[in-house]
Amino acid sequence: MENTNDNQWDLVVKPTTSWFNLKLSELIRYKDLLFMFVRRDVVTIYKQTVLGPLWILIQPIFTTVMYVFVFGNVANLPTEGIPKPLFYLSGVILWGYFSEAFSKTSSTFSENAAIFGKVYFPRLIMPLSKIFSALIKFGIQFALFVGLLVYYLVTEPETINPGVSMAFLPVLLFLMAGLGLGFGLIFSSLTTKYRDLKFLIQFGVQLLMYATPIIYPLSMMQEGSTTRFVLELNPISHIIEAFKYAFVGNGSLSAGGLVYSGIFTLVILLMGVVVFNRTERTFMDTV
Amino acid sequence: MSETVLKIENLSKLYRLGEVGTGTISHDLNRWIAKVRGKEDPFAKVGQVNQRSKQATGDYVWALKDIGFELKKGEVLGIIGKNGAGKSTLLKLISQITAPTTGYIKAKGRVASLLEVGTGMHPEMTARENIYLNGAILGMTKKEIRSKFDEILDFAGCAMYVDTPIKRFSSGMTVRLAFAVAAFLDPEILIVDEVLAVGDADFQKKAIGKMKEVSEGTGRTVIFVSHNMGSVKDLCTSGILLNNGQIDFASNNIEEVIDYYLSSNVLLDRNINDMDRKGNGKIVFSRCELLDASGKKMKKYHTGDRMTFDFDLDQKSPNQLDAEIIIGIRRKDDSPVCFLSNNYTGVEVKISEGVNSVRCVINNIPFTEGDYIVNLMVKSQNQICDWVQDVTYFQMERASFIYENYVYPENYKGFYIEHEWTSK
Repeated sequence: MENTNDNQWDLVVKPTTSWFNLKLSELIRYKDLLFMFVRRDVVTIYKQTVLGPLWILIQPIFTTVMYVFVFGNVANLPTEGIPKPLFYLSGVILWGYFSEAFSKTSSTFSENAAIFGKVYFPRLIMPLSKIFSALIKFGIQFALFVGLLVYYLVTEPETINPGVSMAFLPVLLFLMAGLGLGFGLIFSSLTTKYRDLKFLIQFGVQLLMYATPIIYPLSMMQEGSTTRFVLELNPISHIIEAFKYAFVGNGSLSAGGLVYSGIFTLVILLMGVVVFNRTERTFMDTV
Repeated sequence: MSETVLKIENLSKLYRLGEVGTGTISHDLNRWIAKVRGKEDPFAKVGQVNQRSKQATGDYVWALKDIGFELKKGEVLGIIGKNGAGKSTLLKLISQITAPTTGYIKAKGRVASLLEVGTGMHPEMTARENIYLNGAILGMTKKEIRSKFDEILDFAGCAMYVDTPIKRFSSGMTVRLAFAVAAFLDPEILIVDEVLAVGDADFQKKAIGKMKEVSEGTGRTVIFVSHNMGSVKDLCTSGILLNNGQIDFASNNIEEVIDYYLSSNVLLDRNINDMDRKGNGKIVFSRCELLDASGKKMKKYHTGDRMTFDFDLDQKSPNQLDAEIIIGIRRKDDSPVCFLSNNYTGVEVKISEGVNSVRCVINNIPFTEGDYIVNLMVKSQNQICDWVQDVTYFQMERASFIYENYVYPENYKGFYIEHEWTSK
């Protein structure tokens, strides 16, 4: 009887809900808000700066120049015959997307406590908007990368070999976004109660970069060695390598690795959403 | 007044007292083990009644306990109660900001809450962008906002600044803009916390008028929380009085609820040392009496009588402090009446260590009939030392020199000013 009664209500708030109630219909109803948040992030971040959105490009350019100098020339790490700037830039922008997606979403609860404490909307909108604004940033940086790619195609066509697998870029981006969001959601949920994790995130992202083939190619590690095994456990490695394979024709593409990354992403994403939805209900009491 | 649009049953909320720090992991584990074994939360049992001034005996407290009520379509419900009675917690539960520990909330139609004006507004963005952003946060779609955009702008009265970043706005203008967005929100159930406490009097009137208009005109259901009895009385049809997290009194007639609240809370003699206070505590009020012309304790006066406020102020440090003592007098419905201060009359009051006795005399009380409430504040070195609200009350009765059958117009109950008439 209770159930038939519930049907006539549009909103029922209960102390507990099922684990897998993802409330997708509600998310769709609030899609305009998602758009507004993305717009807010994009419009306001470079307000009152002289160079404005140029900063989006300056960041990867300087990082790449630095990497070419430190890792390419001083440490002399191999780049599989790919021009060094192209090799590092591809890693920098792709890693930048993950790290931005992860760190921005992981502070969802702590940074939005004020707004979450005053008004209800599906909380997932907030981290999702961060993923999209990071994607816009990535798009601009990707244009820079394509520009550099074309330059090398004209001047040194023998060094690079872009393939048709470029068409898989959306899939790679989806995996990257999914990993960033999934981990971000889990960490943002845990930090509401255990703030220690905030400090872990700060240097954890940096350390993780060194465990990902950004500044060196995966092929540098011997097949079957422990280092190689550890690197292959990292789901991001396969995405980065696949990206490099698609756009510059080098790097080690492994179908198995990508499937592994895909499954890993889905699991983390699902876990993240479930944990996030749990936390969302009472986080105002602990934050 | 037909259909029930909001139904609340058995609603309770348990809060943890003290710091969330050490011990949380062990509590979490205990709770988890109990859950796995199918038992109830081991900490929920030790929860105690929410009584703020009593020393806590356990770690958990029921901020709300077994709340239940129903709202009909078009009803405007006022929720009143002391600070910490659970009003905000109740609003937070209904607005889905936090989940209840037990119980249900069921609602028909869209629920929108306005616990703060201008939530999520960004200072760097223009008024236009902020209208869209704030509207979306409150649950409107882009299309809805676009169709109401001109009305919103008009209501806020800032059409001229539509493309100016709101950081250049005065705070009052920002509030108007934010309220305008909220006023055109079109939910079936609207929840409003004391947001009207901001903005100038003119705008407050406009805002209350707007809210009244929509609740009467379109049958929107409103839940309104405020400390201002005047606006609660103006706006609401029914009321609930919360006390210690429980419903103390509920009625379909808001005036009954307000009367009950005022008579149970304010117009009751309580010990000043037990009252809620703010301030740094360097000087505190420890006694307050009202004395009549003969020096007797008295709560009833006639216009034209003499009244003496007699206080004790305690000070602990050996230094003598210059103090400003302020007596605020309000009517029962919270409207301010007047304000007495020794600095206003230019008299120095020095407070030394121990108990200091201070008196303030009103020779010809000019107040007209009704109930009056007294607030006290003491300031020293530009800081508030002690601020106690609703310390005591007194009743004014019609003086013998005023014609006894004369009916004074309700909205002119200000002061009695001595005056003479002549005619030729």
